[in-house]
Amino acid sequence: MSKDTFKVGTYEFTSRLIVGSGKYKDFETTKLATEASGAEMITVAVRRVNITEAGKENLLDYIDPKKYTILPNTAGCFNAEDAVRTLRLAREAGGWDLVKLEVLGDTQTLYPNVVETIKAAEVLVKEGFQVMVYTNDDPIVATKLEEVGCVAVMPLGNPIGSGRGLANPFNIRVIKERASVPIVVDAGIGTASDAAKALELGADAALINTAIAEAKDECLMAEAMRDAVRAGRKAFLAGRMPKRAFASASSPTEGYIWD
Amino acid sequence: MKILLNGEAQDISAINITDLIVDLGLETRMLAVERNLEVVPKSEYATTILEENDRIEIVHMIGGG
Repeated sequence: MSKDTFKVGTYEFTSRLIVGSGKYKDFETTKLATEASGAEMITVAVRRVNITEAGKENLLDYIDPKKYTILPNTAGCFNAEDAVRTLRLAREAGGWDLVKLEVLGDTQTLYPNVVETIKAAEVLVKEGFQVMVYTNDDPIVATKLEEVGCVAVMPLGNPIGSGRGLANPFNIRVIKERASVPIVVDAGIGTASDAAKALELGADAALINTAIAEAKDECLMAEAMRDAVRAGRKAFLAGRMPKRAFASASSPTEGYIWD
Repeated sequence: MKILLNGEAQDISAINITDLIVDLGLETRMLAVERNLEVVPKSEYATTILEENDRIEIVHMIGGG
């Protein structure tokens, strides 16, 4: 098989697993689980510095931006303006142009506000950002975001942090079949089989945070996700057998000793 | 001089962004600064003179998904 890489915008990765860096119990675990996941890209959030705790350790003391592609996000933004401000600051901080845009609708569902998301995407694309965009599992919105110029569309599998897997695998499939940019399943993946399923459906990558950070053994789950994403991708490329209503014998149906 | 720093009123003696960052002990951090809703490029920290009632935001990267 020729080298199967994950291309997004001007970037190219070997791993199809993108990890988050939130919810870990400490930075050391974040580092070890990230290493175990084999991911090359990791999301981070942009927040105010606590000016009274200047000497405290920082995430980037553990996650080396020279080793990983840092994907700043706009988590916690509920309108386009805040999301754009956040990513302008992130670009200045680290020079990163590949970003994760997410504009949320409310705190209970954390569902995307697609109207504000599209508005923000338009501004960011004009400003030269390479936008990977978190969105609903809606094929029409996915197409719109691609038309706006996003370099990847990232439909949710289920609400952020819910771990419920893929609510609507058919839509993930439809989104993928209509898209000419990479599709990344972002949010909802709860365990390895969910990740494998996403890739089997044709998703180009999976973005996983809570399922790893909240596992009892974070590093072991990170490895499981690494393997699941690889397995799912291979199964997709291999082309699965058709589903049948009735049985189809695996052993030859001739040459029986009683014939 | 009084400014609004990360949402809180602060009395500072720094005259530019470079001094402010040093005074806060943040000079080794990977961070970004916004002044009155405009990003201040790192190359302009020294020449960006702070003014009374400036709204300054200093941000960094933390864990997130």
